[in-house]
Amino acid sequence: MTSWLCAIDHKRIGILYMLSALLFFLAGGMEAMVMRAQLAAPNLKLITPEIYNQMFTMHGTTMIFLVAMPVLTGFGVYLVPLMIGANEMALPRLGALSFWLQFFGGILLYFSFATGAAPSAGWFSYAPLSEKAFSPGVGLDYWALALLMIAAGSIGSAINLIATIATERAPGMTMRLVPLFVWMTLVTSIMIVFALPALAASLVMLLSDRMLQARFFDPSQGGAPLLWQHYFWIFGHPEVYIVVLPAFGMISEIIPVFSRKPIFGYPFVATSTVAIAFLSYGVWVHHMFAVALGRNFLAVFAAASMLIAVPTGMKIFSWIATMWGGSIRFTTAMLFAVAFLLEFTVGGLSGVAFATVPVDWQMTDTYFVVAHIHYVLLGGTVFALLAGVHYWFPKFSGRMLDEKLGRWSFWLIVLGFNTAFFVQHFLGLLGMTRRVYTYPNLPWFGALNLISTIGAAILVFGILLFCANIAMSLFFGSVAGDDPWNAWTLEWAASSPPALQNFAHPPEVRSRRPLWDRKHPETADWMRV
Amino acid sequence: MGPPFSPHSPQAQAIAGVFSLVLAIAAVVFLVVLAGVVYSSVRYRSRGITTTEPKQIFGSRKLEVLWTVVPLLMVTGLFIVTVRAMIFIDAPQETSRPPDLVITGHQWWWEARYPNGVVVPWDIHIPTSRRLRARIESADVIHDFWAPELARKIDAVPGRWSYIWLEADTPGSYTGTCSEFCGAQHAWMRFRVIAEPDQSFEAWLVDEAKGTVDKVPGLPERLFRDKGCSKCHTVFATEPSSGKGPSLAHLASREFLGGGISRNTPENLMLWLTDPQAAKPGNRMPNTPLTAEERGALLMYLESLR
Repeated sequence: MTSWLCAIDHKRIGILYMLSALLFFLAGGMEAMVMRAQLAAPNLKLITPEIYNQMFTMHGTTMIFLVAMPVLTGFGVYLVPLMIGANEMALPRLGALSFWLQFFGGILLYFSFATGAAPSAGWFSYAPLSEKAFSPGVGLDYWALALLMIAAGSIGSAINLIATIATERAPGMTMRLVPLFVWMTLVTSIMIVFALPALAASLVMLLSDRMLQARFFDPSQGGAPLLWQHYFWIFGHPEVYIVVLPAFGMISEIIPVFSRKPIFGYPFVATSTVAIAFLSYGVWVHHMFAVALGRNFLAVFAAASMLIAVPTGMKIFSWIATMWGGSIRFTTAMLFAVAFLLEFTVGGLSGVAFATVPVDWQMTDTYFVVAHIHYVLLGGTVFALLAGVHYWFPKFSGRMLDEKLGRWSFWLIVLGFNTAFFVQHFLGLLGMTRRVYTYPNLPWFGALNLISTIGAAILVFGILLFCANIAMSLFFGSVAGDDPWNAWTLEWAASSPPALQNFAHPPEVRSRRPLWDRKHPETADWMRV
Repeated sequence: MGPPFSPHSPQAQAIAGVFSLVLAIAAVVFLVVLAGVVYSSVRYRSRGITTTEPKQIFGSRKLEVLWTVVPLLMVTGLFIVTVRAMIFIDAPQETSRPPDLVITGHQWWWEARYPNGVVVPWDIHIPTSRRLRARIESADVIHDFWAPELARKIDAVPGRWSYIWLEADTPGSYTGTCSEFCGAQHAWMRFRVIAEPDQSFEAWLVDEAKGTVDKVPGLPERLFRDKGCSKCHTVFATEPSSGKGPSLAHLASREFLGGGISRNTPENLMLWLTDPQAAKPGNRMPNTPLTAEERGALLMYLESLR
């Protein structure tokens, strides 16, 4: 126990990140189910409007800050040193500090329930609704302070990952040879360092308004409510890519191994990631298209938002081209990766709809957006994560996950997810606004919401089955060995689970697939012209 | 409420057109991706244990350029369509023309003010013959004015004026709602836009301005004043609103109460007198201690406001 609390080894810290993310994932999932129950039929009164608003505020905040970011950081902290042939992170103690800041930030946020007033102004907490005059409870103060801690933790771990990738690579591993997961973790970390300070600044302004009677966002005293939105979304849109890019990285590792082919167009995939990172800082106003900001101003952001579809689409095609001509093994990990391709495409395409300003003028803040973000973050990020867990669990634990249970959970999760969220596109098209605790009995509203709730219940069942698989396989799974998938990157050269010192000798790196070179000395990658 | 894509105005029509285009493009792209995924999954699925590795292909510059350039051309086209639609839809921010209508969002009701001084909550009347330049404001937090069949949605931001064109091509009643989260009762901040032919619109406006309050002298009116109702509510359509609670002029002729939360029946109206927090939890109306007799008298008074 103490050895875990005091851990500074990157593998233990990585596991801590993942476990804390799983804990908060279950909490955030329960909040979602409370909402889906309340919305199962029109005019239900299971919970009060105030409780409903607390639920969706905590659900959004939890899933972004306490699940998506930490779990991806956890994978990064665990895998990056292994993938680049290092034994440790560059700054092990900063790693531990970052994790505990993040974790106790989450505990602080959840402590607000004990005060009887969890935050209820949404995960975006628009001013002036989030000001003392309209949200007098202490919930918002907990929210802002907790997010400040989490932001500090995220920046710490990002700096650590950047330093590790910059300085700890094995001899011979140039930046052109690092695995794509490492590339994407690097880009994500740089984005965190530039984006999270904008959030921290806005939180300090909000706390000053709430506690020190400052007037940053109060229009009656010369403040500007829109200032909050600009700051929040300068952070918030890069944030979307922060929680998507590492997932792209996982897919870029998993699809090649199970297709038995190298990633198609490595330089294009890596470069398109950098392009996404740059563009992501120029798109934030597409969250504010419904504000009257002037046509030319909006057009610039519409152009940038549409452009981001190009590098994203390039990746999708690269992944398909990697499968093309391969010899595909449909393990559970690969099934999740393939489902990711299709679901993320749906989410990406509805994203283009929102970049189209006139469409946004109708559809923003409806259930069409709810469908969109869940196709991106659940159908995309979470599916990639589930693929990643099935792929790397043998490395983490030394044991295989059960494939039969894995398939059951896969099909339940696919069925549940798509049932729950595909119909929400139609709800949005019918005019159902989001963040409402109930709705009138209009044609189709009740039926579609009921379908969505049933889908969510199936999804929960699939997730629980996945958790059961993890728990059982941890003790009863078959022994994995070092390299169960016949893979190519360096983590599979270490033992499963890796020893405290990952590599007894620095591994030899002469190409992007060092283990392929080792297994096929006669057709090694580095021999290619 | 009518859905966004059963348009009843030229601008809603334009948006529906752009949406159809986006949907068509998205469908084509999705089908291409689906075909690629399904084909390679079926065709290149490994059968049995093979020890030989497939041909190692590292990329193709030609293909990579192709799937960069084609999407680039597609979004360029979409961008042009977008800008043209924006120019067609959007109302100018600053003109010398004063607004025909000022619409204010409150927690949690809407209010419309006409140039002749008439103030109405909930039901906003417009003529079908011309488009009105509507100024959208907020009295407290950020709201969003959305009548999907008629117009784009627009945020009502405190301290800022925003403008839209409000118009309808056929007479009718079009529902709308607040579309930006604004607190406890965001769900029940609905409204209606009543579009009617010119003469009946003008007649309505004149009629409204005359004041149609049925004077019930004596106890009920005194109660309305002495019990504090009148601190927040007015019963005169031309009286400037206090900003704290919606005007109750013509209350009896409304179809809904509380932004759509309940139908306007005597029982539901009585609930507002006995326990406003039960009628619409979280709303700003305090409990007022009243005897059963006083409640009865007030109900009668409110029901007389036609």
